[in-house]
Order: sequence, then C-alpha cells, then structure tokens
Amino acid sequence: MLYDDFFKHPKDVSVILKRMEELTHITGPIRLMEICGTHTMAIARSGIKTILPQSIQLISGPGCPVCVTPTNIIDMVLDLSKRPNLLITSYGDLLRVPGSIQADNLLHRKASGSKVEAVYSPMDAIQIAVSHPELEVVFLGVGFETTAPGTAACILEAAAQNLTNFSVLCLLKRTEPALRSLIESPDFAVDGFLCPGHVAAVIGSDAFSFLSDDYHLPGVVSGFEPGDLLYSILELTSMIAQHQPALKNEYSRLVHSDGNPIAVQLINDVFYPIANDWRGLGHIENSGYAIKEKYALWDTWKKFSLHPALNKPNSNCRCAQVIRGTFSPTSCPLFRKICSPENPVGPCMVSGEGACAAAYQYEI
Amino acid sequence: MCLAIPMKIQSISGPSATCEAGGLTQTIRIDFIKDASPGDYVMVHAGFAIQKMSEKEAIDNFKLLEEIQNAL
Ligand code: SF4
Repeated sequence: MLYDDFFKHPKDVSVILKRMEELTHITGPIRLMEICGTHTMAIARSGIKTILPQSIQLISGPGCPVCVTPTNIIDMVLDLSKRPNLLITSYGDLLRVPGSIQADNLLHRKASGSKVEAVYSPMDAIQIAVSHPELEVVFLGVGFETTAPGTAACILEAAAQNLTNFSVLCLLKRTEPALRSLIESPDFAVDGFLCPGHVAAVIGSDAFSFLSDDYHLPGVVSGFEPGDLLYSILELTSMIAQHQPALKNEYSRLVHSDGNPIAVQLINDVFYPIANDWRGLGHIENSGYAIKEKYALWDTWKKFSLHPALNKPNSNCRCAQVIRGTFSPTSCPLFRKICSPENPVGPCMVSGEGACAAAYQYEI
Repeated sequence: MCLAIPMKIQSISGPSATCEAGGLTQTIRIDFIKDASPGDYVMVHAGFAIQKMSEKEAIDNFKLLEEIQNAL
C-alpha cells in the first residue's frame, strides 16, 4: 500500500550511513532533536540510534503532550474527579500520570470510586455524554495541533446537539512558541530539528520555516518509518555540513506546504492562542489554545471556575530537563531502580511517547 | 498518546467513514477532509482523519528519496 515497503525497509542503508559518516568529518559531533513523541518511539523501536555514526546524537524534545502537562494541572484534575456525578474522560496515557503525590493518578482515583473513563477519540466522550444525561462529562483535551482540529470538531458537535452535560478542559498546546522559547533559552544546544510530521500535516511544513529563517537552524519534516528517519537525518547532517540551513519536507506523501487548510480553519473558528504553562519550559506566551467565548458553555475551565494551584514539582523526577533535551533518561538516578512503566514517577515514563519510557523499553 | 495510522476508506456516511487497516475496521470522522471518497487512504489520529494520502504523492515521495540516494 502506498509504497509502504520502501519507507519501512529502505534499501542500501549502508550507503546512507557511509555518507553520514563522511559528512560528520566536516560537521564534528552534532545534536539533532526530535520534537514529536511518535518520533521518539519510532526512533527507539527502529534501533536507528545503534547504527548512526557516533558523532550524531539524537535527543528528544518537548514533543509528548502528556509529558509537558504540568503537575499542578494533574492535581487540579484529580481534585475535579472528586465531584459527584462528574465523569472524566481522556486518552489512556493521561489517566496514569501522577500528580504531586506519587502513584496518585486518575486510574487510582477510579479504583477508589471516582468516575473516570479512557477514550480513543473525543467523539467517544460525546457519545458517553449523550447516553448518560445524568452525568457531567469532562474531556481532558491534551495534544498539539494534530489533535486540535478534532477537539474543535467535537466542541462544534456538542454545540450543534446542544449537549449541555459535556465540556472540554482545553489543555491543547502550540508547537511554535514552545520551540522558540526552547531555542532562545541559555542552555539550548541543538544543531537541527526533526519536525513533527503529523503536526505539519495539519499546519503545513511552511509553519516550521521560522527555524531556518529566524534562527539559522535546519529542519526536516519527517515521516515515521525507518526510511523516512534515515533520509531526514541525512538531510539535516548535510545542511549542517554545508552551512545551508533550510526547511525541507521529507514527508511529502502526507504533508503539504500549507497543511490542511480546513483543519486550520476549524482550529481558528473554535480556539484562540493563550499563554500556557509547560512542564520543563515554564510559562510561554501564546503557546496554548483556549476556547472562544462563543463556545464558553463547553469550556470546563469556565463551567467549573477552575484555577490550578501553584506548581509543586516532584523534586526527584528529572522530566523537566529530559523534556528540554538537557538530561538523558538513563542518567536519572531513579531510572529503572524506582521509576518504571509499571510504577512511573514522572510523565516521561508514563506516556508511550515519553523519552524515559522509550529508553526503558529499547535501550540496554 | 495516540498513534496516527493510515487507513483505507470503505464507506462514507455524512461526517463519518468506515475505514480499514490491517484487517481492522473502525468508524472515524472525516470532518476536515475535502472530497473524501471510498478507496482513499487517510491518516487517522484520535478518531479523525487529518489528511488524505494519494498514490501519486507516495510515488513522488519515493522518487524524492531515490534522488537523494542517487546523489550520494
Ligand atoms: S526516569 Fe522517571 S523519575 Fe527519572 S526523569 Fe524519567 S520519569 Fe522522571
């Protein structure tokens, strides 16, 4: 189907690797950051790190939506789950993220009587609200621009059905402001970016041109198969060697330069940019989405007048640095000893896309 | 969080479509896909198709990578 085999099983890998090796003689050691949790997992699963030239280091950035959701928001949601007749729905990973107390998460709250349900799509949450008019159904809307249009479509659907027992706690985040903040931070040390293919499918590859235009950093919008990743890494290395930073689109079978304009329109119809807090990156202007006043009835923040408490980060967990790409999961003193996917201390170990979970599963 | 997977549209009913991938059938939403029709491949994320993929684009993509390879 659609030339899948070619991307999954690239031919002549040795030629590509040899070329990379040659280029690294010019570049010296380089650090490339992937900013999509699905890339983190795809890279770990493919074993690419073990075959790349030693001078090319791949590091994970703030690309896992569950991992960048701060502790005080999780605490606030845990508090919300105590309300009678209120049902919390979200993607499975988020339900397992602990708040400021280890092992206190929504799934444990469910075991002790709170109403919590994992869903695959926000549409499933709407279905639950339709069949349970006696319950207030809250959907925890995390994610980046890939998830935003679907969440917007759900809010429109709820409005069209006049579904008054459903609302969305909008925790959606925008990629560009977070990347700018990361790049402008004093400890930033990355030579090029693997840009998130599915975010770009929605907002377009052009949305990442600011990397080369404003910061002289090369970027490649990449797919997720081993072939995609190898070519994208080669392209980045070659742009670094030639001192010609640009934005390239390796994933042209899915990503257009202007993305999906209908999806972008939907995002703009329902949301507006707002300042947001990120685990690891802190408070960033315009880095989140809020629901427009017109749809306030479906906005959980307003419906329940929610205000998160001040952040009390878990002092032992190094997720905040892992998310910034300044600390590798395997260097964390808790890694494997105390922190594991069965007993996660921080979100980077909980989420299937987290850098710690990827390292736990695939690194020896 | 949620993986995106390519699926093939089998039938369409309003904003919903029945899709197939690897023998699994699933109902998804196609709210923001222009001119979707049965037989199209779409990338599905959290229950929504985010973009259509055509065979022509897959071939172009394949050629692009071949070009890079030939330039080595
Ligand atoms: S290994 Fe566990 S404790 Fe250490 S940074 Fe990762 S999630 Fe946090």
